[in-house]
This record gives sequence, C-alpha cells and structure tokens, in this order.
Amino acid sequence: MTAASQHTGQWLDAFTRQKPAAPWLQELREAAFQRFAELGLPTTHDEDWRFTNVAPIARAQFPVHPALARVSTPSANVEEARDYLAKHALYDHCAFVALNTAFLENVAFLRVPRGAVIEQPIEIVYEAGQVNGLSHHPRTLIVVGADAQCTIVEKYAGSGQYFTNAVTEIVAGDGAVVDHYKVQLEGDAAFHVATLQATLGRSANFSTHNISLGGALVRNDIGVTLAEGTDAIVNGLYVVNGTQHVDNHTSIDHAKPHGTSHELYKGILDGRASAVFNGRILVRKDAQKTDSKQTNKNLVLSDEAVIDTKPELQIFADDVRCTHGATIGQLDAESLFYLQSRGIGKEQARSLLTYAFAQDIVDRIKVQGLRDSLERVLFEKFHEHSQ
Amino acid sequence: MPLLEIKDLHATVGDREILQGIDLTVDAGEVHAIMGPNGSGKSTLAQVLAGRDLYHVTRGQVLYDGKDLLEMAPEERAQEGIFLAFQYPVEIPGVSNMYFLKAALNAIRKHRGQDELDAMDFLNLIREKMALMKMDQTLMNRPVNTGFSGGEKKRNEIFQMAVLEPRLAILDETDSGLDIDALKLVAAGVNAMRSPERGMVVVTHYQRLLNEIVPDYVHVLAEGRIMKSGGKELALQLEAGGYAALGLFDEAEAVGKA
Repeated sequence: MTAASQHTGQWLDAFTRQKPAAPWLQELREAAFQRFAELGLPTTHDEDWRFTNVAPIARAQFPVHPALARVSTPSANVEEARDYLAKHALYDHCAFVALNTAFLENVAFLRVPRGAVIEQPIEIVYEAGQVNGLSHHPRTLIVVGADAQCTIVEKYAGSGQYFTNAVTEIVAGDGAVVDHYKVQLEGDAAFHVATLQATLGRSANFSTHNISLGGALVRNDIGVTLAEGTDAIVNGLYVVNGTQHVDNHTSIDHAKPHGTSHELYKGILDGRASAVFNGRILVRKDAQKTDSKQTNKNLVLSDEAVIDTKPELQIFADDVRCTHGATIGQLDAESLFYLQSRGIGKEQARSLLTYAFAQDIVDRIKVQGLRDSLERVLFEKFHEHSQ
Repeated sequence: MPLLEIKDLHATVGDREILQGIDLTVDAGEVHAIMGPNGSGKSTLAQVLAGRDLYHVTRGQVLYDGKDLLEMAPEERAQEGIFLAFQYPVEIPGVSNMYFLKAALNAIRKHRGQDELDAMDFLNLIREKMALMKMDQTLMNRPVNTGFSGGEKKRNEIFQMAVLEPRLAILDETDSGLDIDALKLVAAGVNAMRSPERGMVVVTHYQRLLNEIVPDYVHVLAEGRIMKSGGKELALQLEAGGYAALGLFDEAEAVGKA
C-alpha cells in the first residue's frame, strides 16, 4: 500500500459511514472521493506544495464531523445549490477540494437576484468552539445575479486542534459588484486549508480580502477568473508568530480583454514562523489590454522567520501591462529612532510600526465593523508581541 | 549645575571620526547657536545627544542635569526632557500624527509621575499649540509627516516641541528649506518657548535663522571641534566674511563663488 492510499484509507471509513444523499449528490460525492483517492494528499514533491508540508494533517487522522462548526447562515437545501455547486472550484486537480466535495452535506448558499442591492454585509461564520481531533469541510456558495451588489464576510474561528477544509465558490454575473472578506482566526493548533474560486462576469467589480491570523498550518488557494472588462482586487494580510506557517497561493486568470487586477499581499512574520506567497497571473492570448499589478510586501521581525515569495506570470497576449514586485524588510531604524526620540519606548515603537505596516490593508476594508474589530485584534497582537 | 555639559566628546560612524573632542556647556535659560560648514559634524552632535545608535561615542562624557546622558536610551532622554527637532523629519505612513503625539506625551507624563491626559484635555492642548504654529488641524489625522510639505514638516517639529515642553531643545537645521515667512513662523514658535528653565541648542548653517532666534552664544564647529566661540556678533561676522574669513573651507560657499 502506498503512503497516499494509506492516508485515504482513514477518509474512506468516514466516507462509507456518511448518510446517503440524493442520487445526484451521492454521485458527485463518489466521483470526488474517487478523485481524492487517486490524487492522495499532496507532498512537498508537488511544485505547488513545495514549501507546505501537509503530512501532519495526513497523520492526525481527523474524523469528519459535519456539524463541527456553528454556522451563522442557515444552510440552504442542497437541492437549490445543485446548478452551481462544484462547477467552479473543481476537484480534478486538488485533493482538498475533492475531499471537501466528497463530504458535501450542508452548503451555506447565498443567492442575490439580478439587480438586487444588499447593503448590509452578509456574515458567514464557521465557529468551531473548543474541539480536538476532528475535521470539518465547510462549503460556501455565493451566486450573484447580473448588476446585483453584495458584501460577504466569511469568518473562521475556533480553539483546539482540528482541521478545517473549506471551499467557497463565488459566481458573479455581468456588472455585479461583490466585496468578499475572509477572516481566519482559527485556534493556534488548528489546520486550515481553504479554496476560493471566484468566477466573474463581464464588467463585474470584485474584491477579496484574505486576512489570515490564526492556525498552526494554513493554506489558501485563491482563484479568480475575469471576463471582459472585469475589475478585480485581490488583497491579503497574514500575521504569523511562533511556529505558525501560512501559505497563500493566488491565481488570477485574465481570460478576456480589458480586465484589471490589483493584488496586494502583506505579511508580518515573527518568531520561527514561515510564510509562502505564490502569485500566479495568467493572461490568455485573447486578453489584450489587460492591466495587472501584483505586490507582495513582507515585514520580518526575527532572524528565524522565513518567507518564500514567488511571482508566476504567464502572459500570452502582447498588448498588456503587467507589473509585479516583492519586498522583504525589517522595521525602519530611522522611524524607530524618531518615535523613541519623542519618548515612546522601544517596544511600543516597534509595535506601532508593525501595526502601521498592516494599516493600508486594514484601511481598504470597507465594512466598518470588521475594520474596527480587526484593528483591535491586530493592535492587541502586536502589543502582546512587544511585551 | 549646568543643564548640559559636553566634555571632550568623540564620535565615529563606521571608521570615520566625526566628532573630535567637543566641549560645550549650556545653562538653563541660554540659547546656544552652533554654526559651521557642511560636514563639520553639527548634525552628528545633535543626533548623538538624542541617542542615535548609528554613531559610536569613543571618548568623552555628556552630563545632562548632572546625569550621564550617554547611558540613557533615546526614549529615556526624551522622557527626561530632551527634544531634537530633526533636520529631516521622518515620514511614518500608517501612524496618525494624533496617535503618535498622544503616545509621546503620555509616555513623558508617565515618566514625570503625571496622569495620562484625557481625550478632551489633549485635544484642547493640541488646538492651542497648533494655533500657535498656524497649522491646519487636518494634519493631525494624517500619518506622521507623510505627504507633508517641507515647511509643514518643520512646523510639525516645533509644534511637537511645544506640546512636549522639553527642558533642553536641540534644533537641527530647522531653517533649511524654509521660505522667509515659514522661517519667521517657526522662529516665533521657538521664541515663544524661551524661558529661564529651558536651554536651547540651535544648529544652523546660515545666519538668517539667528536674526529671528537671537542666541546668547555662538560656536563655530569645524572638523569635529569647536573652533571659535563668542556672542551673537560672531554670527554676524560669519555672515559678512563667510566661513573662509575664519580660515575654514565651506563647500556651499565655494560653489556660490564659482
């Protein structure tokens, strides 16, 4: 038996014990599980997983607990989601998406009719509470009609050692305006793997902010597919300390002409933490007049923290503007001295400057309640670090 | 006891000795001007007094109010009442001017055994001091010095000084880059703070600032040493004859003549 099939063996038990579902869903689950068994969990030999070793997840053998998390949004009848489900976040190439799909039972499903404007942000909270040794596979589906507008906030939280394997699909119609936020505040010992796939219509306006603060081992795969004239903002902030590891893989697909994408990922690393940023930008042959900008900035506060950052540009059109840049730096000595010279203690000065580094991502968050709570969380986090 | 006593101060950056034996005594209530050609060590002296770790003191002693200044961290010096108005105030994106100044004032008050100022008292204080410096109040909500004009930055320095009320103020080329109106405004702010309890060290290349902030003593610094000391007339002498009249080379003068 290979290592991969050994590990799928544990999931197989859980899979066979699952309550049966409607035939179409059962078929989907089985196809996904089949694919999962073929793929096996990735290893560091896979190019996309070079810096992130998921062996601890494979070893831990987390039994599946479908109702592990308290979900703030009532799960919809899975039947309603049928037309859209698993059509965007595809399980053929990703074992984690396959696993999530194999255990599909409840879906947080939000549908915004054509032209509707929902002003209040919609919060979807997956709150795991104090748990140990379990896994859950949250599934979120957001379908926004043409010219409709909405704001979605996904939150993941909990404490203890558990495994969250989330998949979110967003489908935005032509001219839709969608602001998406994901805040990951999982427990310090938790594993968190999440896939977001957003498929955007013509002239749609989309933004996503991926805020990653908790978890022991975290991986985000973010895919955004643009149509003609689509405008996408893909931002993220990761703050890691201790032995935390966070890996953000983003993939922006300019499939059609006149699309614009702006990507800004910022990271703050302390202790022996490590982070990965891999930003793929694909500009297809048709996608003339694409305007794409990618930036990854890292603030490294200790000697032992490690960041691997890599842009991955694949450009097949010839009339485009694509820029990318990455920086890795420390706190600015002159700024520190300036603050100290005004009486501010060195540690407080450090935490102020660290906070300031994150500030421009926080400022871009349009939901005030979320921005305020994040400011508090970050402020406390950096203040703790400095004690 | 003098407010500040510098004895045979030597300081290096890398393996270059910039200060080569400075002696200077400043009493409370006095304003000392330090003039000198570019590269003479004026700014280094200012930065060493404020505690910048870029410079290494290799010899000498600095007593502030009888205490060993060189033993203190930069923030302790500030809490003890030393203020450096920077030649190049640092831009700090992401930290609002308001938050910064409140943190600074409260750190200093705490050190003095005073309570933190509440939000209302703090606002009243900064309104009063901003009016003094004719500063636009919206600057308080902007990040520290970020996107400020050269004049706004210098005014912001003196405004901070007015709020923090130091016992020893060191002004490092506060006049550079200012037009005459801005210069008068900044000088008025400084003059308003002259008091028998407070000492000032005004570092400048040009005489024109000293027309506005009239010093009690003038020292000419060159090649890391104080070459000449005198009263305010020494500055006028320099204005008339240039540093060359003292037998000193000054790049700015040389370029001006060419």
